[in-house]
Amino acid sequence: MIEIKSIHKSFGKNKVLQGVDLIIPQGNTIAIMGPNGSGKTTLIKSILGMVLPNQGNILMNGKNIQRSWKYRNQIDYLPQIANFPNNLKVSELIKMIKDIRGGEIVEEDKYINLFSLHPFLNKKLGNLSGGTKQKVNLVIALMFESPLIILDEPTSGLDPVSLLVLKDIIIEQKKKGKTLLICSHIMSFVEAVCDTIIFIWEGKIYFNGTISALKKETAEDDFEHAIAHLLKNAHV
Amino acid sequence: MKTLFLYSILFILSTGISVAKTIETCATCKVKTIKGAIEIASESDTIFIRKGIYKEFNIDVSKPLVVIGEHYPVIDGELKGEIFRITADNVTLDGLFIINVGTSYTEDFSAVRVVKSKNFVIKNLVLENLFFGIYIEKSSFGKVFHNKIIGDAKEEFNSGNGIQLWYSHHVEVDKNIITHVRDGIYLEFADHCSITNNISTDNVRYGLHFMFSNDATYEKNNFQNNGAGVAVMFSKRIEMYHNIFHGNWGTASYGLLLKEINDSKIKGNIFKENTTGINIEGSNRVTYTFNTFEKNGWAIKSRGACYTNIFSDNNFLYNTFDLSYNSKLNDNVFKNNYWSDYSGYDLNKDGIGDVPHKPVKLFSYVANRTPEAIILLRSLFIDIIDFSEKVSPVFTPNNLEDTSPKMNRIAYDRN
Amino acid sequence: MFKILKYSFFDLIRSRWSYVYFAFFLLLGYVLLFLNNDVSKAVITLMNVIIILVPLMGTMFGVMYFYNSKEFTELLLAQPLNRTSIFIGQYLGVAISLSLSLIIGLGIPFLAYGIFKSEAILDFLLLLVTGGFLTFIFTAISFYIGLSNENRIKGFGYAILFWLFMAVIYDGLFLISLILFEEYPLDTFSLIASMVNPIDLSRILILLKLDISALLGYTGAVFQKFFGTHWGLIVSLGLLTLWVIIPVFLIRKKALKKDF
Repeated sequence: MIEIKSIHKSFGKNKVLQGVDLIIPQGNTIAIMGPNGSGKTTLIKSILGMVLPNQGNILMNGKNIQRSWKYRNQIDYLPQIANFPNNLKVSELIKMIKDIRGGEIVEEDKYINLFSLHPFLNKKLGNLSGGTKQKVNLVIALMFESPLIILDEPTSGLDPVSLLVLKDIIIEQKKKGKTLLICSHIMSFVEAVCDTIIFIWEGKIYFNGTISALKKETAEDDFEHAIAHLLKNAHV
Repeated sequence: MKTLFLYSILFILSTGISVAKTIETCATCKVKTIKGAIEIASESDTIFIRKGIYKEFNIDVSKPLVVIGEHYPVIDGELKGEIFRITADNVTLDGLFIINVGTSYTEDFSAVRVVKSKNFVIKNLVLENLFFGIYIEKSSFGKVFHNKIIGDAKEEFNSGNGIQLWYSHHVEVDKNIITHVRDGIYLEFADHCSITNNISTDNVRYGLHFMFSNDATYEKNNFQNNGAGVAVMFSKRIEMYHNIFHGNWGTASYGLLLKEINDSKIKGNIFKENTTGINIEGSNRVTYTFNTFEKNGWAIKSRGACYTNIFSDNNFLYNTFDLSYNSKLNDNVFKNNYWSDYSGYDLNKDGIGDVPHKPVKLFSYVANRTPEAIILLRSLFIDIIDFSEKVSPVFTPNNLEDTSPKMNRIAYDRN
Repeated sequence: MFKILKYSFFDLIRSRWSYVYFAFFLLLGYVLLFLNNDVSKAVITLMNVIIILVPLMGTMFGVMYFYNSKEFTELLLAQPLNRTSIFIGQYLGVAISLSLSLIIGLGIPFLAYGIFKSEAILDFLLLLVTGGFLTFIFTAISFYIGLSNENRIKGFGYAILFWLFMAVIYDGLFLISLILFEEYPLDTFSLIASMVNPIDLSRILILLKLDISALLGYTGAVFQKFFGTHWGLIVSLGLLTLWVIIPVFLIRKKALKKDF
């Protein structure tokens, strides 16, 4: 369980997060949505400890994460941009991340199979296409069995087959009782896999509830329309 | 043939007058002291000193005698004064171990003093714990050969010189080893002397020091680690060949200091790792050939008033500065030298660089003016200003250049 | 930290630039030794190269590596690793691989030439040691500049400027101030001023070997003490170490406070 207590963060004059309070219970699949620059990635990075909030605390399983780093072995993270050392081979990168995480149960073969990465294992990362890099990125993020999975734009650059594979994986992870935080702009994807929507706007949580609650509140039947409605209201 | 004839005449004459005898001296002999032996000796006798310790001083050798020691007998002066004084012609001192010369601030006590004598030979002596070593005063036609002088001088004011020649001429100083005295070899008003094959090291002031001594030859000597190196002043027609000047470090230290030296030749010497290789002041018509200047701070420092000197066929190897000049005028010739930092080329392959070499760096001018700037040596900035000065000289003499720099190190057989 | 170091190091020694750097020193060593056939001259030329080029390469490689591995760094930041070990590990990876290119690149031709039989062996070792120090110092500073500037054009600019300042401009200002204030006693000032710049410091360390005869010609007592005894060597090496430690400490401090 993650508790986020009135987090503030600004980069220079730009106030990105202005008092975010949030409790993420274990076992939920949550979509973090919001317009560009609303603070989604900053929020995720705050949880990961990559961005240091100006104010407020983040507790993971009751412990403050500030200045600690060991808690990150409870988290699998898929960064937004997949860029790796160009001189490394795919297999070496996977080995290296395993080495760095040290002694965790790893299911890399399963994911390599799922994303059909075998032909690329001995290629250098610098020579891979954007989509393939994203698949490698996914394998690295998903191969550990951590209770919290954070995916930042997981669908970017994926072909439809891989997208389906990804959906299946997420649903499987949900069944295992894991917590998933997903940032995405792809409505259909969000609707298909997420239970709860968190909508951030101007550094604050504008909506936090299930998809059906959202539909009810906005009086729209369609998810995409409901989101559009939220955005429209927000801008007023 | 002529000399043989002369010797035979001499032999006949001497046997005719009196037979030269040998007087033995030892603790158990009839004659127990050297003074005693001299007293009873007649001219041309030999005094044979057996191994032992003789506590004597002020021994006056006033007759032409040969004094020979067997297995280095020790003559201990017990710090009371001078030990040997030679006042007669044709005296030979050979094979003695002389120690404990007295120290005085009013008199120059020495282990051996030769006064107004001719044809003396001083050889195979070992001198220790001394004030002055061998002092030749107003004497001539003598030899100082194969002696070893080991002092313990620490300061200039209370120490004496190893071998001193004063108002003497035609003296040969050969194969001596002198260390830890004030000046290793000192000459004043001593003309026509030759100083050869000596090793003069670790002396407090100069390894060799001479003034007002014309027509001298200095050959194959080795001067190392002396306080101020070698100083040569106010003399004419000097020949310095094949000497080694090495490791004279310090603020006022030179391999060789030339002051008011005219019409001389400096050839085949090695100047290595000295703060200044040669410091030249007011010296004219001197030729410097086949010398090697290696790893000195300044190979040659010219302090002005130096005219018509010639520097040719020398090796300048990795000196911090090859040449320092304190005036904008140049009347000296540099040719056919090898400069290790010459950066030109030789397209016609004749062994002579096609571009003249300018040995004076702007930075040496700067370091003369602001000595602290030495700390910027070899900085890129300094290289840049040196280069620009080379291209268009402003501070350094325009015509000071070697127009025919050698491309390869000059080989020279010092033997 | 050692894991990061290991991966950064292996990543770098397989990069084209490491080979270029290595090949450059190899070629330089061979040209200097076998065309000239003169170890002393080679050592002097090498000194100029090491004092100017090594800091430049350290700076450029450092900034380049830092910006190029930004995304990878972010990947690492999400792993259970502390920030100090990520950045110091990467820094050490770069600095060690550069130093090895230098040492092996120059070492091979000198070994082939028979440096162990030459009296220049100590000069040569000293050159390698200062080269190593300069690599570590300038890589650290470039990492710090990278950490402080998100904009990589700016970062590159500052890094080059820093190098230019230390390698050339500083000495120019230094000389001008010496000439302007020449009537004052300047030996303490000039010693301190050269201690403040790591390039000057390394230069002096090498001067202690190559030009000691000239340095001892200066009369100042402080100079005499510094250059005439082992003090010079000890103080210079100590300060060079400090020049490594301080930027590394700054990297750590900056890394702990920075958002990614």
